[in-house]
Amino acid sequence: MDGPEPFDSLAWLRLLLPFALLALGFAIGKVIESAHFRSLRRREIHWRRVQVSTLSLPPQDWRVVRAGLVDGSVVISIDHWKRMVAGLRALFGGRIRSYESLLERARREAVLRMKESAHARGFHGIVGARLETARLASTSRDGKGTAGIEILAFGTGIEAAR
Amino acid sequence: MRGEAIAISNTEEIPGRQVRELHGLVSGSTVRAKHIGRDIMAGLKNLVGGELKGYTELLQEARQEALERMLEQARGAGANAVVNVRFQTSSVAQGAAELFAYGTAVTVE
Repeated sequence: MDGPEPFDSLAWLRLLLPFALLALGFAIGKVIESAHFRSLRRREIHWRRVQVSTLSLPPQDWRVVRAGLVDGSVVISIDHWKRMVAGLRALFGGRIRSYESLLERARREAVLRMKESAHARGFHGIVGARLETARLASTSRDGKGTAGIEILAFGTGIEAAR
Repeated sequence: MRGEAIAISNTEEIPGRQVRELHGLVSGSTVRAKHIGRDIMAGLKNLVGGELKGYTELLQEARQEALERMLEQARGAGANAVVNVRFQTSSVAQGAAELFAYGTAVTVE
């Protein structure tokens, strides 16, 4: 009578685990995301004077002293909850907001890191800025899903005598 | 991005300096695999989302390596600068990524 009892609780656990992981992903993912957006806003204001341009030449009034390659990169992943929401979304089509916010965070972070490294090396601005996106292969055996997305920002740092 | 002896830029010329001589295309690449410890951490991080720091560092190191190899080639060609540098990342196999850097070796005054 009481034989199958331990097995039963294990089955319950197995049934509940995916939901627990989803809830965990949702809760912690949300906290991490909003903290990241706050940090992005703060640092973007802080670094607004390091100008970034995609043109290959600096403005005419800059007297260039020195130039060199600078970069910033980040690998970022989506949380479990958003991954499921995006999967559902794919059934109906349309905007997948959860992925949009992920990519936005990663791009802003990569550009900020590029600015920070440019500043650390004494550059005042960046020209010829480019952004590259690469998808890293999944670690799971079936090859589905995404382990992470790398965003790389790079450009030519300019030290100018103004 | 050290190696200050050779000037690197991703624009068509080194701002403020004139290109004197062309040495042609130079490139460098490296294929890196993620190691198991980092994989486990990244797997956990995948649950809640956010930055996968281990991978960011790994790719930065690898890109540095690719860049170094490109610079070596440029040095061999007698150049003192590499312009129009581009990067490419591709995941060639499960758990491995290729980092590729290429540019044009030149002599600037």
